[in-house]
Amino acid sequence: MLDDFLLRAVLAGIGVALAAGPLGSFVVWRRMAYFGDATAHAAVLGVALSFGFSVSIYVGTLITALAMAFAVSSLYARGHAIETALGVMSHTALALGLVAMSFLSGVRVDLSAFLFGDILAVSKQDLAVIWGGAALVLALLAWRWQALLTATLNTELAQASGIDARREQLVLTLALAVVVAVALKVVGALLITALLLIPAASARNLARTPETMAVIAIGLGMLASLAGLQLSLTADTPAGPSIVVAAGAIYAVSLALGRPRSR
Amino acid sequence: MSLIEARNMSVAYTDTPALAAVDLSIEPGEIVTVIGPNGSGKSTLIRALLGVVAPSGGSIHRKPGLRIGYVPQKLSLDANLPLTVRRFLCLPRRHSAAEIAAMLERVGVPGLQERQMSALSGGQFQRVLLARALLMKPEILILDEATQGLDQPGVAAFYRLIEAIRSEMGCAVLMVSHDLHVVMRATDRVVCLNGHICCEGAPTVVSEMPEYRALFGLGTGGALALYQHAHDHEHDHLGAGDGHDHHHPHHGAA
Repeated sequence: MLDDFLLRAVLAGIGVALAAGPLGSFVVWRRMAYFGDATAHAAVLGVALSFGFSVSIYVGTLITALAMAFAVSSLYARGHAIETALGVMSHTALALGLVAMSFLSGVRVDLSAFLFGDILAVSKQDLAVIWGGAALVLALLAWRWQALLTATLNTELAQASGIDARREQLVLTLALAVVVAVALKVVGALLITALLLIPAASARNLARTPETMAVIAIGLGMLASLAGLQLSLTADTPAGPSIVVAAGAIYAVSLALGRPRSR
Repeated sequence: MSLIEARNMSVAYTDTPALAAVDLSIEPGEIVTVIGPNGSGKSTLIRALLGVVAPSGGSIHRKPGLRIGYVPQKLSLDANLPLTVRRFLCLPRRHSAAEIAAMLERVGVPGLQERQMSALSGGQFQRVLLARALLMKPEILILDEATQGLDQPGVAAFYRLIEAIRSEMGCAVLMVSHDLHVVMRATDRVVCLNGHICCEGAPTVVSEMPEYRALFGLGTGGALALYQHAHDHEHDHLGAGDGHDHHHPHHGAA
């Protein structure tokens, strides 16, 4: 039954939304959007390296995303204003990836597939990787949930209860790299952060607790995938950007539905 | 056995010394207050005792398995994090609805369970922070300038509550504070900090010591005068300032 490309696309979108909902919530709470961008951009370099060394694209992107995520994580640990350094690293990694791609001779690489995703070309193997990665991230987050939330509130508060905030940051770093690697095929390096950020930000307007926000983010991410695919099919628009457009529309609706926020 | 003991401890942030040669131990059940001007290393001391920063010299010993209830100076919650009081109180350990209701009642803010943290007043917020710390059944309660943003009657009421809770639960209390005269009445031991421990002892003894007077004013009204002086609400930024940027007691102002 997985022979239908559309069914595979739907399942891929659902798989990514499963992991992106809760992880994206942490990205919002901890203001890690730039962090997500840098990690996703590094994945483009990973694609080039994968072709260069003839390894699986998932392996290459996971390694570069991990390297970038840990580099950025150590910057975060130093505190201070790091937006500039993050911007430098993020865009340098993206440009380096694009330059490296141009050196690949003999391989025809569809660059736009990695920048904007190619969800309609997801294979059964891709699907296995996406769902495996999503399961791994969900398990990791569920296991560390209470500690992660406490560390998100306040470092000292966490430490007083015996929770090492740096270790919890590493958990998120690892999860982010995994999501980037598996979502690259679905929405592409330039739009991965959108898939993390927008459903979670939409869920914020509808939720009263962290858990409901994460669950609603999963639901809205799935909805955006389905609506985006539908749009792509009927209007013949690129699938990845269509999914993000749908997510943006859902965000607008959530603003209108959400109760006025008490300060 | 001491709950926490620092021996000849020093802490430095990227070559800037913040604390030097600190010897401090907290015994079960006692109330210890740390006072000192801005930049004197009060928050650094707390961070070191909690284990957030590692000492650059000397040592810290915490009783194995020590249960710490920590009340931070402030908690800046991201506006995008929806959090009810009930959910907050269950971090990092979950508690039964009955325990939560009883604790909120005990700290004087019953029935707030379903309220969003962001919708609480300053006084309610501090009491909810305290409730969370107490639900940990702490052996030691650590309060870092916990009365920031409360008015004077609010501050007095908060410290009366701390005293009452100490006698009920028998936990030790370590407080960092600016509210000198209120705090000193409620405390067993005062530690006067300015990069190192200047002086230490019972409140009445410490307030007569020359080191204390040098920091907080000369006259008998010194403590009171400093307390009534409007604080600038800047707190020790790590490694910044030399610790002498802010004290000019108003003699006779009281």
